[in-house]
Amino acid sequence: MPMPDKTDVTLYALSTCIHCKNTKEFLTQCGVGYHCIDVDTLEAPDRKKILQEIKAINPECSFPTLVVGDKVIVGFKKEEIQELLNL
Amino acid sequence: MNAEELYEMLRKAQEPQGYFFNQDKIKVLELLEGLLVNKARYGYMSCPCRLAAADRDWDRDIICPCIYREPDVAQYGSCFCNLYVSRQWNDGALPHTYVPERRPVEKILGPD
Repeated sequence: MPMPDKTDVTLYALSTCIHCKNTKEFLTQCGVGYHCIDVDTLEAPDRKKILQEIKAINPECSFPTLVVGDKVIVGFKKEEIQELLNL
Repeated sequence: MNAEELYEMLRKAQEPQGYFFNQDKIKVLELLEGLLVNKARYGYMSCPCRLAAADRDWDRDIICPCIYREPDVAQYGSCFCNLYVSRQWNDGALPHTYVPERRPVEKILGPD
C-alpha cells in the first residue's frame, strides 16, 4: 500500500502541546507528509470554524486529532498511527 | 523566569502535595516552556495541551495545575499532559496509558 501523502493526513494540534509535538515528530520521522493546523495560532473566526470541523470528527474536541481519510486518532497513540498508516 | 527556574519553583511546591514531575525532564521543560508561552500570550499559565480562550475566568479550570489533575492522577497516575504524575507512574508501577480529556467540550469550544 502506498504511503499516504500530505493531502490525506491532517493533524489538528496546538503549538504548545507535548502530545501534538510527539505526533508531529513521529510522523516526520516516519516520512509521512501531513497538513498541520495549530489551532492556538488561529484568530477568532478561523478558530471557530476549525473547532467545529474538529468537533464533527472528534466530539471531545481535544488535541492532537489526527485524520487519515475517514479514520481519526485522538491523542498521541503511536501503535495506532503505525497500524493506520502501515508504518 | 525561564523553564528551569519554573521547574525548581513548582517542584518544591508540588512534591510535598504528592505531585511529581514526569521523570522525562526534557519533556517537562518543553511543557514548562509551553506554560511560559501561554503566560506571555494570555497573562496566565493555562495548560499547554489545551486550547485557551484568552479569558482568565473562562479558563480558570485549565490554569496549571488544572482542576482535572487530581482525578487524572488518581485514576491514571498522570495528568492529561504527563507533566504531573504520581510516584508509582514514574517508578513504572503504573502503565503509561493515554489520559483522556476530562474538560467538557463546551469549555473547549470557548465562550460565544
